[in-house]
Amino acid sequence: MSAAIVLAGNPNSGKTTLFNELTGARQHVGNYPGVTVEKKQGTCPTESGKLTIVDLPGTYSLTAYSLEEVVARDFLVDENPSMVVDIVDASNLERNLYLTVQFMEMGLPVTIALNMMDVADKRRIKIDIEKLSKLLDVPVVPTIARKGKGKKELLTTISSHVENKIKPLNISYGRDIDTALDKMEEMIELSGFLTAKYRARWVAIKYFENDSQITELGKKADQKIASDLERVVEKVTDHLSATLDTHPEGMIADHRYGFINSILKQGVISYAQDRNRQQISDKIDRVVTNQFLGPIIMVAIIMGLYKFTFSYSEIPIGWFESFFGWMGGVADSALSDGLLKSLVISGIIDGVGGVLGFVPLIMFMFLGIAFLEDSGYLARMAFMLDRVFRMFGLHGSSVIAFIVSGGIAGGCAVPGVMAARTLKSPKERLATLLTVPFMNCGAKLPVFALLVAAFFSENEATVMLLITLISWVGALLVARLLRSTIIKGEATPFVMELPPYRLPTIKGILIHTWERTWQYIQKAGTVILGVSIILWAMMTFPGLDQTKIQEFENQRSVITSGVSSQILDELETIQGDQLSANALTVKESLTQVDFDEAHAGLKNSIAGRIGSSLEGITKFAGFDWRTNIALVGGFAAKEVVVSTLGTAYSMGEVDPEEITSLSDKLKAADGWGPLTAFSLILFTIFYAPCFVTVVCIAKEAGSWKWAGFSVVFNTALAFGVSVLFYQIGSIVL
Amino acid sequence: MKKMNLRQMQVDQTGTITFVKADGELGRRIRDMGLIPGKEIKVQGRAPLKDPVSLRIMGFTLTLRNNEADHIEVEVK
Repeated sequence: MSAAIVLAGNPNSGKTTLFNELTGARQHVGNYPGVTVEKKQGTCPTESGKLTIVDLPGTYSLTAYSLEEVVARDFLVDENPSMVVDIVDASNLERNLYLTVQFMEMGLPVTIALNMMDVADKRRIKIDIEKLSKLLDVPVVPTIARKGKGKKELLTTISSHVENKIKPLNISYGRDIDTALDKMEEMIELSGFLTAKYRARWVAIKYFENDSQITELGKKADQKIASDLERVVEKVTDHLSATLDTHPEGMIADHRYGFINSILKQGVISYAQDRNRQQISDKIDRVVTNQFLGPIIMVAIIMGLYKFTFSYSEIPIGWFESFFGWMGGVADSALSDGLLKSLVISGIIDGVGGVLGFVPLIMFMFLGIAFLEDSGYLARMAFMLDRVFRMFGLHGSSVIAFIVSGGIAGGCAVPGVMAARTLKSPKERLATLLTVPFMNCGAKLPVFALLVAAFFSENEATVMLLITLISWVGALLVARLLRSTIIKGEATPFVMELPPYRLPTIKGILIHTWERTWQYIQKAGTVILGVSIILWAMMTFPGLDQTKIQEFENQRSVITSGVSSQILDELETIQGDQLSANALTVKESLTQVDFDEAHAGLKNSIAGRIGSSLEGITKFAGFDWRTNIALVGGFAAKEVVVSTLGTAYSMGEVDPEEITSLSDKLKAADGWGPLTAFSLILFTIFYAPCFVTVVCIAKEAGSWKWAGFSVVFNTALAFGVSVLFYQIGSIVL
Repeated sequence: MKKMNLRQMQVDQTGTITFVKADGELGRRIRDMGLIPGKEIKVQGRAPLKDPVSLRIMGFTLTLRNNEADHIEVEVK
């Protein structure tokens, strides 16, 4: 037997834990076609062969409102799985069965894994499993997924029931609707309306539920039948609203819960205590979401997550850096000078290093977030912060993405963008994705540090604080703007479960973290390497022409011609700091020629030409061609702004961590002053995210359109802000 | 027995849902989570800024914004 089975169930029912238990490391994560919803698939060895298992997104219902629900439903209809294993939280039976009932109405073969039996026991909830199975007419297997209990029994049950014939469930929805359903079912069956895929009565129910996906399919399939059905629904709707002041959607939900209740009441479940009484989780919540203590604890946890992500990842990032530094060194000595060497070192090794350099960050961030999410705290954070973020069209859960991106200066937008995955509401999620790059990531800090040291050295702390404030206010205002224009729409309802606090399983957290990290390496990695090579080419080609190169050679000859051969030998053989004073002077002159040549090469490169040609516009913001090139370079990574400014000022590549000489140079340079500096700071806060972030936005938003938007819109916004500031500043000062 | 809006309920107060006005997506979500007439609920707490509200129904905890709670009518003892 190698039939596919699916795992389905409510969020927080232990579905993923069971999936991990069944498949172990034999899983594969992808996306459902065309959407960003994760699709997990794995295999599980059984006595009768290998079983393919698909983990459907967790949902509470099967309407067509949320993306997860549409995806789950389409998968069930299109793939026709041989068994739907419905994970039902035994401690929360009534609500979980609401989904079960909907699977059965679709006519799908269902096996219930009655999970969290231990939690139910602890709450002194007694469930008569045999009776439940008999009344629902589906197999029910008790499990405790966290401890791997019931796994074997579940697999045996699945394989013995896979071939069984299914009798779809028909629930009574009250006389009015039932009569109409009978009639519609007949109409649908006679005309074969959508019946290739769907069960006739189910289609009729969906018409009553006003399910947009089905009604649209219906219109396309057969206009006439579709409008006939709509008329029947309309008549009943009018009747219900006139006689009972209700509508079919409400009636259907009421009767579904009524059906479940009628089963549970036949002695299936008994509570030894009031089920709404305070649980341990509620007592924790009294403290953790308390009006005063709640925010304090939240700040502490956010700081903790931040520290965990960025401090602990430093060590492995250091390993990566030294490894790629070493690789660069090897390539440097193995290859002869020239284009190939430059490509290998600056294009490929730096590119791969750039991709992998983020890996420790992403891993640590997801470790932290997985812990917060699985423990149940993330939902509390969303609960507490919703009021604030909602004002800007965002969601309480947006906070994590903002903080990780650099809401506390020094984060990184790459893991920040990926952190937006915890948001389940699509519009709020997109707005979050597009605004988190405004935060002050660790790569922007050297740029700020350079400019602040050069021009605002008396008020360093104040200006840095001001920068943080500007980026927060800017990001939130832009979010508000986006949510009232291109991502317009009602706030997604905040009807959200606060799951009981649980200690996350190590296995679950590790699998979760590894999946996300691997996805980043796989998907973003290739694109990032490609863009890195393109950027290298832009900063390198077309290079200097022969006569220019000759000029620099001549300058070198002039310097060396007057020097004794003894000193030349010294330059060849002895390391820098042991040179004699004379040799040192010669070496410095030679290095200056190298810097001048790099400067000339950069100015002549594609990036340089773009920078020069834009000078006409950017002068309104106070930027000359040197700044422009540096900003183009900053698209690779923001700290490159600093090193490129160094080259553009003929100082060679400046190490972003040693900026004193460059800041002195800027202070003295033409056209620079506090006004230009702050204008550049503003531009750096708001302009296009670095391309690694852009690639991640494309992957997370599911379309390159939004990635392109963030590049164009952010740059335009940054330019607008800088020009406004510079022009007003020029008048006032 | 007194009828009131869910928004007006005090923390720790219990009541029975009598009517759910919402339709569309919000209505569907509310009903899917079991907020239907006849169900007993207990207000569990409010966020530090008094919105959203968390409540207990059928043994689990659910959160709702105040303007979403407005759609739900409750009968309290």
